[in-house]
Amino acid sequence: MPQSADKVLDHAPLFREPEYRDMLARKKAQFENMPPREDVVQVADWTKSWEYREKNFAREALTVNPAKACQPLGAVFVAAGFEKTMSFVHGSQGCVAYYRSHLSRHFKEPCSAVSSSMTEDAAVFGGLNNMIDGLANTYALYQPKMIAVSTTCMAEVIGDDLQSFIANSKAKGSVPEDFDVPYAHTPAFVGSHTTGYDNMLKGILEHFWKNRQREPNSRINIIPGFDGFAVGNNRELKRILGMMGVDATILSDVADQFDTPSDGEFRMYAGGTSIEQAKDALNSAATLSMQEYCTVKTLEYAAELGQQTAAFHYPMGVRGTDEFLLKVSQLTGRPVPKEIEMERGRLIDAMADSQAWLHGKTYAIYGDPDFVYGMARFILETGGEPRHCLATNGNKAWEEQMEALFASSPYGAGCKAWGGKDLWHMRSLLATEPVDLLIGNSYGKYLERDIGTPLIRLMFPIFDRHHHHRFPIWGYQGALRVLITLLDKIFDKLDEETIEPGVTDYSYDLTR
Amino acid sequence: MSALRQIAFYGKGGIGKSTTSQNTLAALVELGQKILIVGCDPKADSTRLILNAKAQDTVLSLAAAAGSVEDLELEDVLKAGYKGIKCVESGGPEPGVGCAGRGVITSINFLEENGAYEDVDYVSYDVLGDVVCGGFAMPIRENKAQEIYIVMSGEMMALYAANNIAKGILKYAHSGGVRLGGLICNERQTDKELELAEALAAKLGCTLIHFVPRDNIVQHAELRRQTVLQYAPDSKQADEYRQLARKIHGNSGKGIIPTPITMEELEEMLLEFGIMKTEEQQLAELQAKEAAACGTH
Repeated sequence: MPQSADKVLDHAPLFREPEYRDMLARKKAQFENMPPREDVVQVADWTKSWEYREKNFAREALTVNPAKACQPLGAVFVAAGFEKTMSFVHGSQGCVAYYRSHLSRHFKEPCSAVSSSMTEDAAVFGGLNNMIDGLANTYALYQPKMIAVSTTCMAEVIGDDLQSFIANSKAKGSVPEDFDVPYAHTPAFVGSHTTGYDNMLKGILEHFWKNRQREPNSRINIIPGFDGFAVGNNRELKRILGMMGVDATILSDVADQFDTPSDGEFRMYAGGTSIEQAKDALNSAATLSMQEYCTVKTLEYAAELGQQTAAFHYPMGVRGTDEFLLKVSQLTGRPVPKEIEMERGRLIDAMADSQAWLHGKTYAIYGDPDFVYGMARFILETGGEPRHCLATNGNKAWEEQMEALFASSPYGAGCKAWGGKDLWHMRSLLATEPVDLLIGNSYGKYLERDIGTPLIRLMFPIFDRHHHHRFPIWGYQGALRVLITLLDKIFDKLDEETIEPGVTDYSYDLTR
Repeated sequence: MSALRQIAFYGKGGIGKSTTSQNTLAALVELGQKILIVGCDPKADSTRLILNAKAQDTVLSLAAAAGSVEDLELEDVLKAGYKGIKCVESGGPEPGVGCAGRGVITSINFLEENGAYEDVDYVSYDVLGDVVCGGFAMPIRENKAQEIYIVMSGEMMALYAANNIAKGILKYAHSGGVRLGGLICNERQTDKELELAEALAAKLGCTLIHFVPRDNIVQHAELRRQTVLQYAPDSKQADEYRQLARKIHGNSGKGIIPTPITMEELEEMLLEFGIMKTEEQQLAELQAKEAAACGTH
């Protein structure tokens, strides 16, 4: 046997040992019934043709590899950003395991959330008893300060009413009458994780703000939105606000929750927006959203109550950051300090230094609508062309905003936004109109393998690379980091293409 | 504008719920009220008398055709009928497939989010049969219907259904504001019908809002896809609906938390009124019949 206790091989080299190769070849020959290799190649090539692309885009009733997740994931994410808050997802258990593992695999941190574990009987009789027992258990076992309730498809299809269930549970003594149990209905078959973020955040704010008189002050609220780089980005946001001397409340701050230290103490809860801050946020003069499509209803609600509101599209790059800083400055009367202006200048200097390598590079970008917008905008600033911009959860309004963005730059000609499309559509785009680089998440690695377009991971979820989320990509400093990431990929690719001695190595240069 | 009043009509299938609600609302509009009807029955027949049309396009069928509910506009689903009454049908699947209850949730969420409830005085929900799942209870959730009117008759199954609906209301009453507005008896000319209806109302702790006498003019109007108010505004029956409308209009805030009874209590009540016989009585009658049959040989 190739495996031995003295020298344990990982599965990758192990399966390359002759015994395994032989076994896998026999399995293929005898059992897989695979068509001849030429046929497979022929069909695979055909699926990369324009003819196939047209068929692919005429697709009506099938989604292949959607670049989005479901509502409760967003609900669990946003709830994690509040002080000692446990997410309680009313519905079946497997769904909740998915939200937890998805967030854990990305942040490389534990993620706690509980389920009401509805089974067959609950599907028939309704999940009230699961809610009553579940809330009592959550309260007793995990000592949260708040329990944020959302729902899976199952509870939504049978029509369980959270408001009455929670009231009934409190009447039965599951949790004290005055204990905070905000809720949101988050059917996974409607919208995406960004919708769920919006619904749950609105549910939490309504819980704290309803029937209270607003006493306006000069503070501002900032909502980060669903963000895989939240750990780095939120800290960068706080650094910038600190430098400006701005008194701001971040509504849902997951930075510490998804980045706990290893110092011998397990923290089920860490950091987050405090309950007091959440309550007091009603009185703030304005609420800003870093991601418009994560906060449509929440901002509407804040505006109804008399707050000023403004929404951004994942402010990254020069103009995106400019706009954000100027808005904060305008709302608070605090000037943008000299140090931040210096950071801006250094970013532009770096962009200029690398201009020759960035200019004219073409990109495909996919992800959440606001990220795709912010990313495309920065690419345009570097002289790059974001040819294919795709958001499965992007709508018509988003497509129009993207078109306006393309029209604002000479490099936007020939670029197109694709709302409601999936990664199988993206494959056709990459195959028929190739680009230099693909920007997306870990799922893009299969497109990279299939089409050969190098992948840059800047979008949630990133499962197969570690710790990038601990560094910011917002603000001028964040833009610098994105710039380096783009350049590293460009240079790595260039080195790879010029590495062959005597053939291409006339350009394998020490200095680029 | 006064605060939005939301009411709902529930009752056993075939009891005349949609007919009663549409006639009553047509009378209510005479009192100067702006009304929106939300049909929550997959059959989508809650608005045909108001619209004088066979059946309107439903929210769910239009959403299915458009791809998703988000692709719909309010104008697509909202039709104005008799004296400006606004009508929406939520619609739903064919019998045997899918989930009609979810359809009700989807439709009502859509209407609320798209401002259908703005600029109306009344929203009236017309809900199928019985509270059979959480979806059909959507109209009695918090911030929805404040009063439920149960349409019933003196038939046993109608009484049974009315009691069941009261159970559904009770479930939601303590956690929210929903109340039972009262019973509306739609005369079927069964024995002691008025007395029975009053007795059930007493047991449930509510009032019998109105006893609507049977009159064929309702069917005549219905064949023409009209309410009696439109077909024969001067008829006696039209006045009955006007009375009912006035009573409902004046019943704001007077709803109660019902006290539904057990199946045993319901059967006892039916026995008391001679509608149902005890097992002993039934057996005795059967034996007498058999004896008579044997005697003829």
